[in-house]
Amino acid sequence: METILQGILLGGLYGLFALGLSLMFGVMRLTNTAHGDFIVLGAFCSLTLVALGLSPWMALVATLPLAWVVGYVVQHVILNATLGKDPLPSLVVTFGLSIVTQNLLLQIYSADPRSIDTGGFSTMGWSVTEGLSIGVLPLMILALAVAATGGLQWLFNHTAIGRSFRAVSDDREIAELMGLNARTVCALATALAFVLVGLAGTLQAMRTTVAPSDGPLLLLFAFEAVIIGGMGSFWGTLAGALLLGVTQQVGFRLDPGWGIWGGHLMFLIVLVLRPQGLFPKTRG
Amino acid sequence: MAALLQAQALEAFYGDAQALFGIDFQLDAGELVAIIGANGAGKSTFLKCLTGLVRVQIDSVRWKGKPVGGMAPGKIVREGLAMVPEGRRLFASLSVEENLLMGARAQRKGPWNLDRLYRMFPILGEKRSLASTSLSGGQQQMVAIGRALMSNPEVLLCDELSLGLAPIVIREIYSAMPAITAEGMTVVIVEQDVTMARRVSQRLYCFQEGRVSLHGASGDLTREQISLAYFGL
Amino acid sequence: MNPTYTVVRGSRGSAALLVAGVVTVALASSLPWWGESSWMHQFVEIACYFIFAMMWNLMAGYGGMVSIGQQAYFGLGGYVMLVLGNFLGVNPFVAVVLGALVAAALAIPVSTIAFRLQGGYFAIGTWVISEVLRLTIANVSAVGGGSGTTLTALRGIDKATRESVTYWMALACVVASIALVYLFLRSKQGLALLAIRDNEVAARSQGIGVGRMKLAVYVVAAFGAGLAGALYFVGNLRISPDAAFSVNWTAFAIFMVMIGGIGRIEGPLIGAVVFWGLNKFFSDYGTWYLLGLGVLAIVMTIRFKQGLWGYVQQRWGWTLFPTARRLALHVEQIPAVPAPPNSVNVLDGTVGAN
Repeated sequence: METILQGILLGGLYGLFALGLSLMFGVMRLTNTAHGDFIVLGAFCSLTLVALGLSPWMALVATLPLAWVVGYVVQHVILNATLGKDPLPSLVVTFGLSIVTQNLLLQIYSADPRSIDTGGFSTMGWSVTEGLSIGVLPLMILALAVAATGGLQWLFNHTAIGRSFRAVSDDREIAELMGLNARTVCALATALAFVLVGLAGTLQAMRTTVAPSDGPLLLLFAFEAVIIGGMGSFWGTLAGALLLGVTQQVGFRLDPGWGIWGGHLMFLIVLVLRPQGLFPKTRG
Repeated sequence: MAALLQAQALEAFYGDAQALFGIDFQLDAGELVAIIGANGAGKSTFLKCLTGLVRVQIDSVRWKGKPVGGMAPGKIVREGLAMVPEGRRLFASLSVEENLLMGARAQRKGPWNLDRLYRMFPILGEKRSLASTSLSGGQQQMVAIGRALMSNPEVLLCDELSLGLAPIVIREIYSAMPAITAEGMTVVIVEQDVTMARRVSQRLYCFQEGRVSLHGASGDLTREQISLAYFGL
Repeated sequence: MNPTYTVVRGSRGSAALLVAGVVTVALASSLPWWGESSWMHQFVEIACYFIFAMMWNLMAGYGGMVSIGQQAYFGLGGYVMLVLGNFLGVNPFVAVVLGALVAAALAIPVSTIAFRLQGGYFAIGTWVISEVLRLTIANVSAVGGGSGTTLTALRGIDKATRESVTYWMALACVVASIALVYLFLRSKQGLALLAIRDNEVAARSQGIGVGRMKLAVYVVAAFGAGLAGALYFVGNLRISPDAAFSVNWTAFAIFMVMIGGIGRIEGPLIGAVVFWGLNKFFSDYGTWYLLGLGVLAIVMTIRFKQGLWGYVQQRWGWTLFPTARRLALHVEQIPAVPAPPNSVNVLDGTVGAN
């Protein structure tokens, strides 16, 4: 029982990892292979701010607007040129960005894993019942994940910018005919995705350690969450993330070497049995 | 008086392939002009050139005398030129009403709004919150027309309204045309159905392999002239 | 009188280059007698990179499948070779080919999973599959688990012979893989592949079995990757899961192909040479070097999508390995088109006699 609970809490963090990926793919059909590395970048940004004297929570809040700007610029300057029917340019360019980011971080920060000291907050527990206690930080992360998912879903369905996202994703050319500047819309989507990435990275650094080369593994977690959950809906992505977290914890419990492997296996099983994911939202 | 919309020696390319070879075209306010021609004659390409979806030389297209060739599509819509694209091309993830609202982004003043559209096409009002793709072909065409009208244009370009629709549906769609032109809206229709085109339009252009092969008042042109120009014999 | 056409492929230039190529290969095979052992070792290493890059190019440039997980077969080839050599006493050089065959065989069931994804998600999916393989093997203690093991089967052979044979094997594999890809692309299957790459729906409507073609390319690429992997670890003698299944193999392959030119046989060749050069002079700079490679790959993809050879081909029309078919028109006499008896005045529609 506790394992499952731990899994759900872990899944909350994975949900935050995955939302940004899902958003970028949903609006632009762009697969960002550097997604994990940007999460790590967000973590190191907060780490630096903490080292400069800010409190961990101030650092988190300060990282978000920085992430917005970085995302906007990256999309406008680099990624917009790769959009189109051919998936190759965006894959190669984001792969290149992944290598650049990793090595830049390695150069500046060295390969040591670090974490953000939250002054005991990360170890605070909340006794639910006798013998069962939940970490406050993981619970907060899960709450943030749910809030972010709900927020994104609401944004997409009930706001003008959400309509723009959906319109550009459906038919870029006709969206331009309606007066939308597709480049700006895409840049806004990426900026938003990066804010989620910055949030996720900082929380990861609070919960555990981060090192410059952690990126690829985080990408795989995010990706698996999206596929397991099914493409097309943010709630689906969150569900997939929770499932992934639970699977990993169960695997971990059986044997420490099988934790991540178990998650991979679950992903492959879903892919074989139900390739559209568990909760896909079909588009017309 | 300067023509409302004018094309002069317009050439268009898709990469290295030339699609249009020097089109001359004129549109005056209040007219309904038809463009006919076989598949691949360049009719849709021409409309795309007018709306900025295909780049052309800046002075190939003039709007009220001002050169606008190659302008960004959004800017052209704000000038007052709207298009109902070939194949409808509605936004699949948006509902009927959201599709219509997208058309209003140009924020131009005019008589067209949601209420008026729902009065003209009541079925859309009934289905306003449904996904646009769940409607029938004819209803989708109404949404596409409505979306273009929501920008309150001065000129409405209609690309193959009858494509893929049953004759009775086509008649129903075209029966709304008087309501659209009643307040002086200028309309260009691209049509494969020559009879319908001749009936509703005042002037007619025939395209053949990227060139204008015939042009004149719809009432004056004979069937034989049109056939010859259509097939390029 | 109709003008006649013939289908022409090569040109005088490409024939000359072919002769030059044969001469180079002959010269290269004599290297063990006059060259240093470090040269041979370097060649084997670059040969492995090159073959891997050729396979990635085949999949991505011609098959339209971008994969970040081909290192799965690279590592698999290496481990199978090791197992056959260490535990079953198979001659490691024979085991190289066997390793490649096993990799190709595994590619068939794996494709049923991988092909459920498209585009960018296919790419990451292949990476996941590679990671599954890596983690699985890292848990098998018989092959050294996470820290790897050494290839003991070559202990009996003296160093010079081992190095020479490894070198010749690498040279043979390079020539064979170039020849294989070239002949494949010149064939009808190759033409079908290009059709699929350009427009899958149109190709299908022409009766081309798209699914079968893609599977064929995937399996061939797996074979090549397995070959490169097995060969690499024969040269290296030490294998570990992290080295065998490292995503860096794919990263370097992508780099070589994008620099050299994707979708062209000459591309990986040029790219491998450039990569070798950069490696030689700059690899000491560690992270800055890798960073530079990454930036270069980004710039090349955005600005020079066709790579170095693509630029050259567009500018001067050079082709080392001509696969395109050109129509050569035999111009004897192009007769004047006679005027029609009646002409239509297109301006006013009047019909008159000529």
